[in-house]
Amino acid sequence: MPRKKRDYPWIAVFGLLVAFGIPWFLWGSTATWVGLPVWLWWHIGWMALAAVAFAGFTRGAWDRGMDIDREGADG
Amino acid sequence: MAESALPVQLGVIGAYLVVALAVGVAAYRLTGRDAEDYYLAGRSIGTVVLLFTTFATLLSAFTFFGGPNLAYAAGPEWILVMGVMDGLLFAILWYLIGYRQWLVGRAEGYVTLGEMLGDRFGSNRLRALVAGVSLFWLFPYVMLQQMGAGEAIVGLTDGTVPYWAGAAFITLFMIGYVVLAGLRGVAWTDTIQGVFMLGIVWVAVGWVLSSAGGLPAVSASLATNRPEFLALGGGVYSPQWMIAQAVTIAFGVTMFPQINQRFFVAKDARVLKRSFTLWPVLVLLLFVPAFLLGTWAAGLGVSVPEGANVIPVLLNAYTPAWFAALVVAGAMAAMMSSSDSMLLSGSSYLTRDLYRPFVNPAADDEREAWLARIGVAVFATGTFVASLFRPGTLVQVGDTAFGGYAQLALPVLVALYWPNTTRRGMLAGIGGSQLYYIAHVFVPATTVGGVTVFGSTYLTWDFALYGMVLSLALTVGVSLVTAPDADERTERFSVGTRAD
Repeated sequence: MPRKKRDYPWIAVFGLLVAFGIPWFLWGSTATWVGLPVWLWWHIGWMALAAVAFAGFTRGAWDRGMDIDREGADG
Repeated sequence: MAESALPVQLGVIGAYLVVALAVGVAAYRLTGRDAEDYYLAGRSIGTVVLLFTTFATLLSAFTFFGGPNLAYAAGPEWILVMGVMDGLLFAILWYLIGYRQWLVGRAEGYVTLGEMLGDRFGSNRLRALVAGVSLFWLFPYVMLQQMGAGEAIVGLTDGTVPYWAGAAFITLFMIGYVVLAGLRGVAWTDTIQGVFMLGIVWVAVGWVLSSAGGLPAVSASLATNRPEFLALGGGVYSPQWMIAQAVTIAFGVTMFPQINQRFFVAKDARVLKRSFTLWPVLVLLLFVPAFLLGTWAAGLGVSVPEGANVIPVLLNAYTPAWFAALVVAGAMAAMMSSSDSMLLSGSSYLTRDLYRPFVNPAADDEREAWLARIGVAVFATGTFVASLFRPGTLVQVGDTAFGGYAQLALPVLVALYWPNTTRRGMLAGIGGSQLYYIAHVFVPATTVGGVTVFGSTYLTWDFALYGMVLSLALTVGVSLVTAPDADERTERFSVGTRAD
């Protein structure tokens, strides 16, 4: 597969992660759960999800965009 | 400050200084005599140390003082800004700029950003411009740290030690320490400190919650006293403001000399991969508790005197005096460790990018390692003298440093990936955006024909964001209409298969 095409899903994942790092759909919401605002729980879950996504990126897609042979760059 | 707290605080600071010195001596014994080892610890740093040194360097004082103060005054939404800024954007830039710089730096042996760009574009002028711009923003920023530490000592000793003596003592200690320890020692103390801070903030949360009646009670008092703090947004927190802060600080951070230089120091690619993954986790673990403490203080009705910080006041009210003292002293030590890193990187820009190319190109490695140490002393003495006079202009520059650095980020990113970037494009992008930004910091806002220029926002968006767009447009635009000169070496940044 051409390099660019394989990059698109990751660009989308990173874009989504950044776009919803702030839960805009909860704007103005005062709902709480277990004593903390729901938007704070979103933040906690989102950071955990980001860590999982980043771990996936380092496993399968590291070196994307760097013009490096996969074989030569496992560092 | 309670009477019984003073010995504890002095004890903690004393213990910190002793540990730091021991680490410094150990690092000194391991450090070779050349500049690369002094500035970059021989490119041998592992995951935990890299992660914590980057983290501690950047955010230590803010985590315990500035951030919680903001949460106390305006609500805890800054947690979300922090998440987007450091957990997501900075992590992605860690890959896009950091990993790329690491690959290029390892292949070509670069130590500073200016050196890397100057070599690629065959231009000492560009090298000096990058170093000059970086030092312009760094110098006042270090001065602010020294002022903070000096004032903290005055507060700690109830004025027994005057401001100038406190600041002078800290400056001398830092010079001695950085001269001795180099990056290896600085990174090690950062790590000890980072682990300590991470642990202590959770202890603080547990302690405050249990003495205030548990999370449900604290939460209920917040809902009663400051219901607006539970809502997302409101007050200073507008979407535009939150986005602008997250974007400018995340991009700015990558160009701060002490952070940018850390891109060069990783031992291998695995270190960069692991730290990339751990960024969001670390952000979660450190900032959520720190900012919640500030928020809860508002809910609990803790009143903070003018000019004081909320965390010490809160801890004094809900935990024993010795514990509050421990946190305050830890935060002060953290302030010093941030300054250590900045001094070291600042001196490398000074000696490698300004002194060597323009004054003494023939200086050998050993001589440069000595110059580096002299550079540390000159830089620290300069900021110390400035901190005695506290010129308003410099304070203003220090306060706007993140945005100033953010103007550098996009031209560098373009240069790292786009082979058609030209020297003139870089000079225009960096020079133009800096002029734009500095003009907005200093020229008072005026209204021309119904439009306010030089104000803090245009169409409700921060002026720094427009500067970043300008830097990108100038770099790309000028590169498109100019041809590279013969001495511009595109191949320097084509890392190709040399990663191993």
